Amino acid sequence: MKPVDFLIKGVSLPEGKKADIAISDGVIASVGNGFKGEANIVIDGSECVVLPGLVDLHTHLREPGREDAETVLSGSRAGAKGGFTALSAMANTSPVADTAGVVEQVYRLGQEAGLLDVFPIGAVTQGLKGEALSEIGAMADSVARVRVFSDDGNCVFDPLVMRRALEYIKKFGGVIAQHAQDPRMTIGSQMNEGVVSARLGLKGWPAVAEEAIIARDVLLADHVKSRLHICHLTTAGGVEIIRWAKARGIDVTAEVTPHHLLLTDDLASSYDPVYKVNPPLRTESDVHALREALADGTIDIVATDHAPHPTEAKECEWQEAAFGMLGLETALSIVQKTMVDTGLMNWAQVAERMSITPARIGGYENQGQVLVAGSIANLVVINPTQKWTVDRDLVLSNSSNTPYHGHELPGVITHTFYKGVATLINGNLSSIGGM
Amino acid sequence: MRHLLSIADLNKSEAISILDTASELARVSDGAVKKLPTLRGRTIVNLFAEDSTRTRISFEAAAKRLSADVINFSAKGSSLSKGESLKDTAMTLQAMGADAVVIRHPASGAAQRLADSHWMSGSVVNAGDGTHEHPSQALLDAFTIRKHLGMGGSDLTGLSVAIVGDILHSRVARSNVLLLSMLGAKVTLVAPPTLLPVGIDSWPGTVSYDFDSVIPHVDVVMMLRVQQERMSDLFFPNAREYSRYFGLNSDRMACMKKGAIVMHPGPMNRGLEISAEVADSARSVITEQVTNGVSVRMAILYVLLAGGALEVGSN
Repeated sequence: MKPVDFLIKGVSLPEGKKADIAISDGVIASVGNGFKGEANIVIDGSECVVLPGLVDLHTHLREPGREDAETVLSGSRAGAKGGFTALSAMANTSPVADTAGVVEQVYRLGQEAGLLDVFPIGAVTQGLKGEALSEIGAMADSVARVRVFSDDGNCVFDPLVMRRALEYIKKFGGVIAQHAQDPRMTIGSQMNEGVVSARLGLKGWPAVAEEAIIARDVLLADHVKSRLHICHLTTAGGVEIIRWAKARGIDVTAEVTPHHLLLTDDLASSYDPVYKVNPPLRTESDVHALREALADGTIDIVATDHAPHPTEAKECEWQEAAFGMLGLETALSIVQKTMVDTGLMNWAQVAERMSITPARIGGYENQGQVLVAGSIANLVVINPTQKWTVDRDLVLSNSSNTPYHGHELPGVITHTFYKGVATLINGNLSSIGGM
Repeated sequence: MRHLLSIADLNKSEAISILDTASELARVSDGAVKKLPTLRGRTIVNLFAEDSTRTRISFEAAAKRLSADVINFSAKGSSLSKGESLKDTAMTLQAMGADAVVIRHPASGAAQRLADSHWMSGSVVNAGDGTHEHPSQALLDAFTIRKHLGMGGSDLTGLSVAIVGDILHSRVARSNVLLLSMLGAKVTLVAPPTLLPVGIDSWPGTVSYDFDSVIPHVDVVMMLRVQQERMSDLFFPNAREYSRYFGLNSDRMACMKKGAIVMHPGPMNRGLEISAEVADSARSVITEQVTNGVSVRMAILYVLLAGGALEVGSN
């Protein structure tokens, strides 16, 4: 018998059992104890956990338009480093991904990079303006096979436009991913509205501006019997509305970002715009509500909202700075720190929240597969017993706006496999990433 | 103390020490020769990225009376109006050898950004940042209150102060709430609910929507300017209604305690938040605030650049 490509020996499966995983010809050849065959490369997994490759449903890759901040290639590298085998490229590029042409371009750039799957998200409305529907059908039928539509960065605010979009995507089983932000209530908003914003004299972004849109949209989704996904949930009140909607049987899913599971609005006291993000960092009690909701499944997935910005967009006054922070390279470590090391979730739940469920929501058939023989070999190996220190000068993203610079985080990602090829080997990006 | 960015940077004894230093320096200002040689050879830059006449002139006078070299750098006609970043401006000032930068800026936190960055090494004095703080204004207000109503002690214990108007957008209010409370005064914030920030419950002091019920009980009524742009932004129905509920006119002034004073940080909207009769009345200490501003700003520069407070009674 010919040797397998890779053998990960004695690694913990998400459920906790130890096993040897053999990878060959792009698929998982076997999962079990005491693998007897030959292997070209043997990886000692004894301290490690293996998960299905991570799937991000919310990534800003900035290409086309802002290649100085990120490209599909640089974002793919950052993704592979962070254990991802699929990213979802948000539509707020320049030009906006509101036509088949743009989504096909992004899809092809992802294939050329070859480090992971890049699934473009289509804009709901032309130019993200919230007025007229974009070419939703053409994007769905394109090579990119778009199923997730979002005006992220902007809220689909007009209730009639939202209703029509929710109805229209039923034709091909799509989903609308809503950036829930009432624009009238958040004109000029800079940070969470509360005790800290009052002290700092920064214009508030009230929780109710998120909650009111979520409440409206779950009712709309119920009325037209369509599928709704809520992007980056940040408030305890939003969690309650999602919980209520799910109990009513409404077809809604929700995501939380790693940074909203860890960071709070008091960080704005430094006026350092690295902490400026939309939706904003909230309070300690919101963070606890989000963690609980992720653990109990009210929040379905973790999505990064990876938002690269060039240095000058953050090296300025707070109110002049761009919203957003990097997320791909730190996501799994932050989830380990906030959810696993706290005892709120086990690794099997991490696999669900960061791979299996996001793949299901996005309709990404070759992603988020359970780790059994015959599955496509998309997987990530993490050593949760080791720690590492984030250095913004060493990130693989084209930008360096990580809020974790200097933080020591748990969980070192050693290997990422994409379709049976190692994109990350012992923590180093493989040569297929052009490094 | 290297910077003055917020009243929160000061403890009570530091604040009192600035006020005491200002008292000493005021004697210099009263003399025939108004100048001290203390900061000879030092360079102070007034970086004003927002229009301001009185604060800039006040800092300029203060620096000159301490014999510092003063460079004025204003938004209009400077590189700031050509889109130069705060970072590049700061690095330029550093390259020119500024010992201190007095900054007025429309963005909350701009002074702190300047101080925390490694763009420049000099002292930073916050001369008003967005809707955050205006610490030198609060210090001159406390100085003025102490001078008029101080009960002999060095602080403001036993006094009641009402701050009236647009608390939400006021950097003067934020600094004054912190400082006057720290000095022992009882502060009441009076405003329509729309002009009070969410989260105000955590501030020292109490809140009232009813000016008339507050006015007979306070020693100081501090009126805040109402910006024209608030009119169109749904904060209150119209200027007349605002004035009716929250303006200080002769009728309301007649209800004030004996000896109580009226303050305003300027510039005033006569006829809106304050009537001309009140502004020009015997209770008004508004022009005196301006005079005291120079002494207090001298004290701030003295403490930051000359390395400590002036000993009381020294020359």
